[in-house]
Order: sequence, then C-alpha cells, then structure tokens
Amino acid sequence: MDRNEQRKKLEKTARTLRRNVVTCVGVGTPGHIGGSCSAADLIAALYFWKMQFDPRHLDWPQRDRFLLSKGHIGILQYAALAEQGVYPLCDLPRTKELGFHLQGHPDYLKTKGVEAGTGSLGQGLSVGLGMALGNRYQGIDSRVYVILGDGEMAEGQVWEAIGAAAAHKADHLIAILDQNGLESQGPVAERMDITPFPEKFAAFGWNVLEIDGHDMGQIMDALDAADRFNGKPTVIIAHTIKGKGISFAENVVGFHNVALTQEQYQAALDELADDQE
Amino acid sequence: MFTNQRKAYGDMLLKLAREDKRIMVLDADLGGSTMGKMIETELPSQHLEMGIAEANMLSTAAGLSLTGLIPFANSFAVFAAGRAYDQIRQTICTGRLNVKICGSSSGVSDYSDGATHQAIEDMAIMTAIPNMTVVCPADANETAQAVRAIVEHQGPLYLRLNRNDYPNVTAENEPFEIGVPKVMREGRDVALFATGYMVGLALQAAQQLEAELSVKVINVHTLKPLNDEMIARLALCCRGVVTAEEHTVMGGLGSAVSRALRRSGLPIEYVGVWDKFGGSARNYEDILSYCGLTVKDIVAALKSFA
Repeated sequence: MDRNEQRKKLEKTARTLRRNVVTCVGVGTPGHIGGSCSAADLIAALYFWKMQFDPRHLDWPQRDRFLLSKGHIGILQYAALAEQGVYPLCDLPRTKELGFHLQGHPDYLKTKGVEAGTGSLGQGLSVGLGMALGNRYQGIDSRVYVILGDGEMAEGQVWEAIGAAAAHKADHLIAILDQNGLESQGPVAERMDITPFPEKFAAFGWNVLEIDGHDMGQIMDALDAADRFNGKPTVIIAHTIKGKGISFAENVVGFHNVALTQEQYQAALDELADDQE
Repeated sequence: MFTNQRKAYGDMLLKLAREDKRIMVLDADLGGSTMGKMIETELPSQHLEMGIAEANMLSTAAGLSLTGLIPFANSFAVFAAGRAYDQIRQTICTGRLNVKICGSSSGVSDYSDGATHQAIEDMAIMTAIPNMTVVCPADANETAQAVRAIVEHQGPLYLRLNRNDYPNVTAENEPFEIGVPKVMREGRDVALFATGYMVGLALQAAQQLEAELSVKVINVHTLKPLNDEMIARLALCCRGVVTAEEHTVMGGLGSAVSRALRRSGLPIEYVGVWDKFGGSARNYEDILSYCGLTVKDIVAALKSFA
C-alpha cells in the first residue's frame, strides 16, 4: 500500500472512530463528544498505522504505549480498541454502566488496552515520562505517545513533566497537543490564555512540530519525523477543531460533555456515514 | 545496626537494589535527607533525580512501575503524601500499581523547619485511599525489616519514617510481616496500641505505671490493612484502650483502632495531636511536648483507666 492509499484508509478509519464515538454516547446521556472528535484523526494514525501495537498481545513488552492525558475522551480510545478487536463494538453503548469494563475515564484495572488510569488532568505526560524512562533503562526501544488538551496545559504538573522530560533527554516520549481552542466553559484564549505553545515547548528544550490536526498526511509526516529526533522529547502541536466531523458541533462550546437529542444523534451519524466520500 | 530510620532505610534499600535491578529510587532534591542519596552514589543508574516537582515524581513512578520496575519515591512525608496526593490516588491507587512511597521526616520529627514541614495528617490521607498499604515502623531495626517486606509486596505502599536518632525497641533481624501487629509487652488492664516513635514511649509509660496498672503494649506497624479481628482479640481482655501516634487524632491510628473495636463497647482514649499544627523548636522534645506526644501524655491517658 503506498502512502497515499494508507492516508485515505486512515481518513476512513478516523470517520469510523467518530461514528463509534457517537453510537457510544447515544441519545440522552452526556458524553465528551467535542474533544473526542478533535483527536480522532490523531488516534487513527497512532492505533492503525504508527504504533507497534498488537491487539492480541496487549502486554507485549516492546509495544509502543499510548496515554490519554486528556482522559475524558476515553470513549475515543475505546472506539479505537474496539475497531482493533480488543472488545466487541456492541460494548461501546454500554460505557459507564455500573461495573462495566468501559468507564467514564480510562481505568487501568477494568479496561483492556488502557495503559494507566487518567482523568485528573495534567498527569498523563508524567506517567508517560516514567514509561519512557523505564523502557530506556531496560533497553526497550519503544515509544510513548501522550495526547494532551490545550485547556489541560494550564495544569502545573504538565510543565513539571515538560521540564523533566527534557532534563532526562526522554527522546522516546512524544506529546501530542490536541489544540482545539475550547475548554469546558469556553474558548481557552478568552479564559486562560497561556499561548504561545510552540515557543514555550521549545524554550523547555523540546523539538516542536506544528500541524493541521485533521490533515492525515501532515499527521503521518509528523509522526515519522518524531522518530528521528535524538536527545530531546518531541511535541506535535495539532491545530484541531472541537467537534470536527459533526457540523453542528464544530467549534461549539456546548459540546464538551453533552447529551444528544434523537435528531442530533441521527444527523451526526448521517454526516459521518461512509458514502460521504 | 542503626538508630536512625532514614539510615536504616537507605542502607537496606541499597543492599536490595544491588541484587534486584528492578528497584529504581526517585528523589525530589531531598536525597541527602531521605537517604536516596546512598543509592544515587553507589548505583546511579538506579536513581532518578526528579527535581523539586513531587507531583511529576509520583506520576513518573507510576509510569516506571508499568514497565515492570519497582520504584521507591522519596520525599518529606508532608510533600510525598500531601503535595502528590492526587497523583497517588488517581493513577497509582486506582491502578493498584506497585509504587512505594517513602514519607520521610514524618510527624513533628523535623522540629527545626516548623509546621509546613511537619506531616501530622499523612497517615489519615493515605489510609483513606483504597488499595493503599500504610506502614509505620517503630524504630530503625524494624525499618530495615520492613524495607525487605516492602520490596516483596505487590501494590501501592506508603512508608512513614521518623527523622531522628532514638533507641531501638525491636531486635535486629526480628521477623516482620506487613499487617501483623506485634505485642511488645503483655498486660491485662489496658491495651495500648502505638505506632512509630510512640511505641518506645508507650513501653516507657507502661513500665512507669507497672505497680498500678497492667498495660499491654502493641506495636501497630501497619495501619492499613488493619485486621479488625486481630485488634479485637488483643484488646478484649482489657477494660480500656489507649492509642498513641505522632499524628493527628483524626483519621490515623486512633481512628483505625476505634473502627476495629466499634462493636466492642470498650472505652478508648487517644494520644496524638489534637487538631493543631506543630511549629519550630530547638529540639525534638520541645515540639513533642507542645503537641502532647510525651510519656507523660501516655501515662495520663493510661491512668484514666486506673
């Protein structure tokens, strides 16, 4: 498969993941749709192309590891793992049922394929750093990918991890910033603007790549480029649209954690149907 | 043989780290005090200096444990348990990860630095988290044995250490089992449960009152898990219970023992810090006195059952 064909395949996968997120959230119960849709292309590229990942051997020591520091979009990860065959697709709509293996935020003990529990924002990059350092100490050449949100960047611990990762030269740690511009209560730029991120990451000693987070070709190129940096961790700053793929949700504040009406549910599925191409 | 818990900790951890390359020690610029420095000096590849960033340190420890290593994250108890509480709860404990947290210079043992450096609630907040084990050894000898057991133990564990030199009350190489309290002195009238530094004071108090009261002294080196039946069996032959801890009376040993004895009807008196902060002092005795953590305070509590 040439790169162009691969790209098209991943674009289709991303649309499938968005559709799975919608069916997972369903009608009437709230779900983190906006932030899941903004990261769908990134996750498609990771789980279905870049990462050394074997759904039949989730404990494979040489695997690449994936962490959602923005843990509230766990449903997107479940969608990816379900598409990989780790659990049946029909499990997705049962997310958050009492005692079910799919929880509101990634649960390490309950959910296969989740590498660590997240949900309290700002901690995932540190956990990823530990994984990268642990791998390196044991001679494992794998990579650790951590997705963060731009609202989350206000958490001080993120900057502790950014500083420490550079200090420890954790070059197998790759942060991906899903910069969709909106946080729960409104636009980040209006409420807690701590941009510019590229300069800040660079000042902390990171390699910085900046892309359109919905251009699969750019995502693929950036992930490949991240493999080639030595001595410094890499951040891929992905400019994204919250709610991407669902026209009435794109860049709309109210879709952080939202319940869909029957009409919205159907409209979203229609927009995300495969015959759109 | 050491008379300092921190040195006993560093010494045993170094010994074990030489044999077990999975052990990885982390510090937040306090290695010289926590004794993580001993590992840093001898086995630099098994030590990570994380800088003054405790939250990152604990989450990093979580990540290390997920690659099969055995991390020991050290700081002052007030920072290890307090500052990094959320990190311990939200990834380490929810995931039941194999991370060891050493809260050094606990209680008011750092008499010099004052209230901000004196952890009097650390056992309360650590025991309240599901999946956490909490160990508070009585002395340096017991600390050495505890470290062995802790390396073998699987799961999140908080180890609470005193800063200062003081005499051992347990023997060197005495067997140590997480979760199993030790009867240090037999008695029939009052059951005196103590932990950490207070075990030695408890024994002194019992000795002092020997003519008037028969006091059983129990070393509760593990606050969690606490076996309710075991505690009940130890207490029920007596007519009253006293607990003693270098910790607030809210949520630590006193609370745990009360919970274990909640159906017993036994009266319980607490020796601990009654809901106030510590402060600076020129010596350990002064701050212990201010906080009500002396032999005299234990004697007074015991005498209430005379």
